[in-house]
Order: sequence, then C-alpha cells, then structure tokens
Amino acid sequence: MFEFDWSSIAQSRALLAAGMWITLKITLVAILCGLAGGTLLALCSIAKSKILNTFAKGYVSVFRSIPLIMLLLWFFLIVPQLLKAVFDLSPSIDIRLVSAMVAFSLLEAAFFCEIIRAGIQSLPKGQSHAARAVGMTPVQSMRFIILPQAFKAMLPILLTQCIVIFQDTSLVYVIALGDFFRRATSIGERDGTLVQMLLLAGLVYWIICSLLSLTVKLLQLRNSHD
Amino acid sequence: MDYKWNWGVLLQPVATGEPGTYLGWLATGFLNTLVLTLLAWILAMIVGSLFGIMRTLPNRFAAALGTAYVSVFRNVPLIVQFFIWYFVVPELLPASVGDWIKGLAPYTQFFVVSIFSLGIYTGSRVCEQVRAGINALPKGQKNAGLALGFNLAQTYRHILLPVTYRTIISPLTSEFLIVSKNSAVASTIGLLELSGQARQLVDYTAQPYESFICVTLAYVALNFVIIRLMGWIRNRTSLPGLMGN
Repeated sequence: MFEFDWSSIAQSRALLAAGMWITLKITLVAILCGLAGGTLLALCSIAKSKILNTFAKGYVSVFRSIPLIMLLLWFFLIVPQLLKAVFDLSPSIDIRLVSAMVAFSLLEAAFFCEIIRAGIQSLPKGQSHAARAVGMTPVQSMRFIILPQAFKAMLPILLTQCIVIFQDTSLVYVIALGDFFRRATSIGERDGTLVQMLLLAGLVYWIICSLLSLTVKLLQLRNSHD
Repeated sequence: MDYKWNWGVLLQPVATGEPGTYLGWLATGFLNTLVLTLLAWILAMIVGSLFGIMRTLPNRFAAALGTAYVSVFRNVPLIVQFFIWYFVVPELLPASVGDWIKGLAPYTQFFVVSIFSLGIYTGSRVCEQVRAGINALPKGQKNAGLALGFNLAQTYRHILLPVTYRTIISPLTSEFLIVSKNSAVASTIGLLELSGQARQLVDYTAQPYESFICVTLAYVALNFVIIRLMGWIRNRTSLPGLMGN
C-alpha cells in the first residue's frame, strides 16, 4: 500500500494557488465573452434573416462537433500566428493563456447560444407582442422585456454551464498551460508525490464544484417559489 | 502567413522505420477512437442504468449510493479522473494486483484505463438521464404494475424501463456524441487515438494543418454516423402518440 506524505503539499501552496488563479482567469473570460457572444448568436438564430440563422446554426454545430482538446490544439496553432500578424505583440505575452482564452470564449459562445435561445423561445409570444403594442421598438422589447425574463428563467442552466467550464479548463493540460491541474501534476512529478497531488486536485475540484452545484440547486428552489 | 501546404506527406512512409504511412497512423487512431467510444458507451449504459434505477428505488441506501456516485463523478474534471485511474488506483490496490496492472503491456493499460475512466464518468451522466426518465413517468404506471401482481423488479423490467428508454433516446444521443468527443482526453495518458495521432503526426512531419484538418473531419464524420445511428434506433422504437418522436 501507498504511504501518504501530506507535508509536501503545504510547501507547494503558492504554486498551486497561482495555478488556480490561471484556472479562474480562463473560466471568467470564457463566461463573460461566451455570454456576450452567445447572446449575439442567439439573437442571430431567432432573427428574421435567413443568412443570420444559417450563420448561427453553422457556428454552433461546428464548435459542438469538435472535441475540446482538438479545439485547444487548433487555437494554439492559429492564435499565435494571428496575433503576430495583426498586433505585432511583444513575446512577453503569455501565448498559451491567450490561446486558451480565445478557444474557450468561442466554444462557450456556442453553448450559451443554445441555452439563451431556448430561454427566449420558452417565453410566451404575447410578451413581445405586448411590448410592440405599447410602442417599443424590436430592440427595446428585446432589451427591456424579453432578455431580462429569459435570463432569469435560464439562470440555473447558465450557472451549471459555468461549472462545466470551470471543470473543462483543466484540459489546457494539452497545451502545457500551468493551470491548477497542470501545476499539481508537475509538482507531483518533481517531488515524486504524484499520487497525493492527483488526489488533492480531485478533492479540490470536487469541493468547489459540489458547493457551486448546491448553490444552483438552492437558487432553483427559490426561483420555483416565486 | 507563409505556410507550405503538403498533403502528399500523408502518403509518405512513417519516419520511425516501421511499415505504413502517416495516413495509416490516422486510420489506427480513428479505429482506436471508434472502439474506445463504443466500449465506453456500453459500460456507461450499464453502469448509468444501474445507478439511475437505484436512485429511483424506495430503498434509502440504494438511492444514497446512486446520489454519491453522481456527486463524485460529475464534480471532478474528466482529465483528473483519467489521471487518478491511471496513476493512483494501481497504487491504492493491494500490491499484487497493482503490480499485475503495471506489468501489462502499455497499450493494453492505456486502453483499459481509458474505457473505465470514460465509461464510468459518462455513466454518471447517463444515470441522471435514466433517473429523470423514470421520474417523468406518471405515478400510475408503477402503481398499476404493482396492483396487477408484478413485484418491483418485474414492474421495472416490463413496464417502467421499456417506456423510459424510448423517451430518453434524444438526450442519450447527445451523451453518445459527448463520449465520442471526450474520448480525446485519453490521449493525455498516452493512448494514441485520433487526437493523440494528430499530435504525433505534427511532431514527425511539422505539417500541423494537414493533420488537424484530417482529424477534425474524422470527428465530424463520427458525429454524423452516431446521429444517423441513433436516429434510426429512435424511429424504430418511438412510442406512438407522443410529441417529438
């Protein structure tokens, strides 16, 4: 049987915390950009224009049919060249971090689009008719009547998706970006403590995600009492 | 961008000196992805159904066990689960079993670990679908079964489950697609499935775009086949008189 040595974890606290900070940065950027992009895509997919519909549908199905690992590899291949060509960036910028952020933002836009579209379409048609009838423009009716209600209704699903993003960021392992999980494994390999570092990583993810899931459940309960 | 396209590289013999071409590598990768996806999906259906049914049973202990299973496997990232099955589990088992596992050929080890990790992780998602499907049935179905003199097992076998599976085919199709994509995570512990081969190809040929395009198209094709297959099953098994079938 294996002998555990937990003291080494205390020594690598700072490194692990730095890794968790990178994990959180990717998660937050992916959520914010994904929400913005996803809302735009959702509006495209319900717009009257055939071209916009097709664009949104194509975007979503392309991003959803490629494994996340391939997506990360693709963007790690393309983004550095693009950045060099367009912005002439200094080499001090963390290319891996930027690539991961771009990949996750674009991917999550596709997932959020599906959630938001479903949220909008679950509202009764009368809502937008009423908004138009009291003199609102289509944009105003979206902005003040439809979207606020849609977002409230789909909040639990949106939050669940955020938990999924938080877990999925661990896949940046494949482009050697030092997020929480990557650092845990490299510390484990360095000190010969891989087994307890992996168990620790699993435990940390489990605690954070369980707490977040619990929050979502409570929120759902509160919503259903309204 | 001054990238030199060279599709011919795929037909060149591999640089390791072994027989075969780079295209052959991709074909092997595709086969590995296919087999891994199918076996993991079968395992996920078995494990997921078992725990999903347990979560709906009147027995508190069985239900709690099902809840614990879902909580653990849904709240830990898949790549962490792969690493734990591969590096940690053999260490925690009794030494004789652990040594036996570590003595297996690397390829066998990668494959078995990948099937377990992916299958049991996906099982926790299937479990939720099965549970939701059973809970969505009208209460009268179960009561009627019991009233007719079926015992609980017979009620599940002959009344509840046949309807449940036929109503959850759409979400199961999504899960099947998700398994095929998640199988790419197996490359992180060393299994050379499609995405693993894609990376190896880049290391050997320095032609990333050709390799990535081929592999991406292969995944899209696999998705298409799964959608068609599940659509066919859905049409064959759809319940008459229901919306959306």
